[in-house]
Amino acid sequence: MDPVKDSARAIAREVNARAVSATEVAERLIPHVERVDGQLGAYLQLTPDLMRAHARRVDERVAAGERLPLAGVPVALKDNMCLTGTRTTAGSKILENFVAPYTATAVQRLLDAGALPIGKTNLDEFAMGSSGENSAFGATRNPYDLDRVPGGSSAGSAASVGGFTATLSLGSDTGGSIREPAAFCNVVGFKPTYGRVSRYGLIAFASSLDQIGPFARTVEDAALAYDVIAGKDPLDATSVDREVEATAGDLRDDLRGVRVGIVKEFGLGELDAASRACYEAAYADLERLGAELVEVALPTAKYGLATYYLIAPAECSSNLARFDGVRYGLRVDGSDVGEMYERTRAAGFGAEVKRRILIGTYALSSGYYDAYYLKAQKARTRIAEDFARAFERCDVIAAPAAASPAFRFNAKNDPVTMYLMDYYTIPGSLAGLPSLSVPCGAAVPEDGTRSMPMGLQLTSPLFTERALLGVAHAYERATMHAEKLTPPETCNT
Amino acid sequence: MPSDRIDIRHVARLARLALTNEEIATFGPQLGDLMAHVDDLAQLDTQDVAATAQVVPSRNVQRADGLRPETMVSHDAALANAPQRQGPFFRVPRIIAEEG
Amino acid sequence: MTTSEATVELSSELLDKYEAVIGIECHVELKTVSKMFCGCPNSFGGEPNTKVCPVCLALPGALPVPNAKALEHMIRAGLAFGAEIPEHSKFDRKNYFYPDMPKNYQISQYDMPLTQGGVVRYWLDDGTRGECRLTRIHIEEDTGKSTHASADGRLASSTSSLIDFNRAGVPLMECVGEPDLRSAEEAVAFVETLARTFRELGVSDVKMEEGSLRCDANVSVRLRGASEYGTKAEIKNINSFRSLRRATESEIARQIRVIESGGRVIQETRGWDEGAGVTHSQRSKEQAHDYRYFPDPDLVPLDVTADVVERVRATLVETPFERYVRYVDSAGLDSKRATQLVDDHALAAWFDRAVATGGGNAQAVVAFVLGDLSRLANESGTHIADGKVTPDALGELVALTQSNAINSKAAKQVLETLWNEGGSAKAIVEREGLAQVSDRGAVEKIVDEVLAANEKVVADYKAGKTNVFGFLTGAVMKASRGKANPTLAQELLKEKLGA
Repeated sequence: MDPVKDSARAIAREVNARAVSATEVAERLIPHVERVDGQLGAYLQLTPDLMRAHARRVDERVAAGERLPLAGVPVALKDNMCLTGTRTTAGSKILENFVAPYTATAVQRLLDAGALPIGKTNLDEFAMGSSGENSAFGATRNPYDLDRVPGGSSAGSAASVGGFTATLSLGSDTGGSIREPAAFCNVVGFKPTYGRVSRYGLIAFASSLDQIGPFARTVEDAALAYDVIAGKDPLDATSVDREVEATAGDLRDDLRGVRVGIVKEFGLGELDAASRACYEAAYADLERLGAELVEVALPTAKYGLATYYLIAPAECSSNLARFDGVRYGLRVDGSDVGEMYERTRAAGFGAEVKRRILIGTYALSSGYYDAYYLKAQKARTRIAEDFARAFERCDVIAAPAAASPAFRFNAKNDPVTMYLMDYYTIPGSLAGLPSLSVPCGAAVPEDGTRSMPMGLQLTSPLFTERALLGVAHAYERATMHAEKLTPPETCNT
Repeated sequence: MPSDRIDIRHVARLARLALTNEEIATFGPQLGDLMAHVDDLAQLDTQDVAATAQVVPSRNVQRADGLRPETMVSHDAALANAPQRQGPFFRVPRIIAEEG
Repeated sequence: MTTSEATVELSSELLDKYEAVIGIECHVELKTVSKMFCGCPNSFGGEPNTKVCPVCLALPGALPVPNAKALEHMIRAGLAFGAEIPEHSKFDRKNYFYPDMPKNYQISQYDMPLTQGGVVRYWLDDGTRGECRLTRIHIEEDTGKSTHASADGRLASSTSSLIDFNRAGVPLMECVGEPDLRSAEEAVAFVETLARTFRELGVSDVKMEEGSLRCDANVSVRLRGASEYGTKAEIKNINSFRSLRRATESEIARQIRVIESGGRVIQETRGWDEGAGVTHSQRSKEQAHDYRYFPDPDLVPLDVTADVVERVRATLVETPFERYVRYVDSAGLDSKRATQLVDDHALAAWFDRAVATGGGNAQAVVAFVLGDLSRLANESGTHIADGKVTPDALGELVALTQSNAINSKAAKQVLETLWNEGGSAKAIVEREGLAQVSDRGAVEKIVDEVLAANEKVVADYKAGKTNVFGFLTGAVMKASRGKANPTLAQELLKEKLGA
């Protein structure tokens, strides 16, 4: 058994069978991660002591006869999730020294299921970004080309699983922050229905959009993690009280009778030739596997970006007001409390966070609320209605997970160009739909020579996670795209 | 829509964010660009459309009135991250603005 | 404005020339076990920063979940004033920065409050009644407390502030009244009625000294008879009835003075300086906040169904105003005594029971309750309801008095015995032999004996010295050991003396 390369399912099976101990898994993984992560920069901190402590606990529980769904599975946690006793920074200077005194519900469920925390992963500051470059603590590199971004905002969570320094990881997705980096890093990234996974302990970016989800190297592993973290949490009023259908077992292997919607407005014509070819092949594969391709219309999808860039910043402007230098985090003193606030926030937040706070504050301010925020909320209704109509004609919608393969660092200096990376992921986020990215091959970027991973986005109606994962699983097993690529820079055990 | 009228200093003041002159010079046009995209929304007909604040149809999520000591943090833990404390209190510079 | 100006009394002509228009907003802490959005205790005081959790400290990632009891209290409060309970409601965020408000926004309600409308009926000390419409009652959360560290404890000269978040997140209802009040007395009566009602409903303890009721007063003046409102000033954070009266009076006088001296009242927020007895400017409308209200995306909408409303309605009790009206209009009590009873819930309940047992004679009961019984209670420091006298025993005593079974002197004696020992009034009367003698023959016999023993006095009376009648009455009472029915004794004396 190989704790670096094996699937979560395989590791848990071996640990539960006591063929290998969780402690052995931890002891083999820790030096590997310590060696490899210097180049990759997926982690902001490693937590080897905590990992060992959890491994001992798992070994005791297994010895006592318990069977744990994630027994001994090494997991990485996006650093916007609180974990008691660990620094939890959200990639921001304003929280550089914040030690969380409590643990996020999703993280706790993962640990209770036997997972071993390797460390906290890098992210765009407060999850705002599509490349990972907005972290206050340096860049995370793409495991498939260290000169390229891993995507964002869940940069380190995608890079660690893609680069074989974690078996599973948790990310958070607000407008595409799980799906886009998953596509860039050759992994499965799954954003469940809004409200499926508790947000308690997830540092908020945009509360009505944020959703925690897993990264894994297989759909089955993603399903395994999802089954553990999903479900009602009494500490999150927006978590949904609705039975979670187990997804990990018996995922379908074929696509016969599945109607896959191809969005008319998401024409591939504007993509670069290599990306277009990759997606055309993916659609053809779906059809070849028995799916019926149907054209569906999302006429309001083109308003997604504008809608998102009002709603998300508006919520963030309010959510980030608590970072004020009073109770925790950075403080830059001033002669009075108002000056202290302004200096602290000026020094603590990076440029992208400041831009979004300014946009959001403006969109909510007196005289503009109706024209901007309220208008965006109404547009959101129309976008959700469009999806509902589209799903009358299909079971899942297939689309690109990103507009291109991973780009080079500093390639997108203009904010709006960067925002356009999320063009395909944002509409589904606004509608709260479950959506994932599954590896669908590779394409040579326009500015490069080496093939980079690509991801196919699949989106389904609210609360149909099992059906969605089934389609992804069938596609993945039939195509085996992820296995055809190996990260050249890392993964040497 | 009134995108060309962003008074960035006023907005920054509302957001309690001190901006440098360079930031004002960069952010101004960047926000203008974004608001130009946003202005496209005006073309979308939203007459008689309800606003969506939450996508999931939950209603009346409440908790029974009762203590949850397991969620509380100790006095020391509460103050452990404080940038400045005095005795059992968080300490801040003097308050001059009358808010609330 | 200087302090000396503020304290100059306005002439009554000037006060008559103007009419004040006052609207009150009142913040009341709700009585619950836990806070509004988390499971920390909702209780006053304690070591600073010990009743806290990630939610009420606004730690990164923490989320609010509303307290069902607090929402029920809101509905109960609204229904008590005849408010409408809309079917749909929601929570909004009110965004502004203040160090004792951990999230730098307050969860409140903006355009869809839990209750709308309603009327508060109140009464003044002299018994005059009035009413003030409610605009709405909405739910929100309290802030923490800041203490200003300076030599004199005042904000202006402080160098730093110390913050305690124990109170942060305590459920608070904000009652917004219409500008229907016309004097400081009416404003006080309005808030007193709110406070009495909330206590009666059990939705709040309304402990003013703990700051669990605070109000803001919107005050304007206009020429008497004018129909337009004048420009209003809002006086913030008044935390006692005395301050409310003084602050409102002071502000009315200030505005009249401004207008009389040719000036113009400006719309602004003013603070009340208890020590100096004046209001002072805090910020003008131009500096008003932009609270950027928007629906809280961490919370889901509230639907209040008719079932829920009816269930809460079924738990409503008589309001203090209704009780006051019953005491005054039906029981014939004077306003002061009725108010005394209304303000003491336990005593009023005790009183109602005694009246029922005592044959419905409320005035006779209240004479005991607020007279001799209150005296005994005060002397021993025991509340009447906690003493040994049961309401049934007092009712019995009143009934005995009313039926002339005992006279007033014996009644006092029985009451003392009841206070010390408890038991039944009838039993004590029997045991002590205090029953009044109303048997004509028996009293006549004593009268005859007294007349025979006082021949000289009888002669004086017959000679025109009628003032000796009192002496003779006293002699009869004494001879009967106080038990003779005094009315009967006098009647017989007169008969015999006149014969």
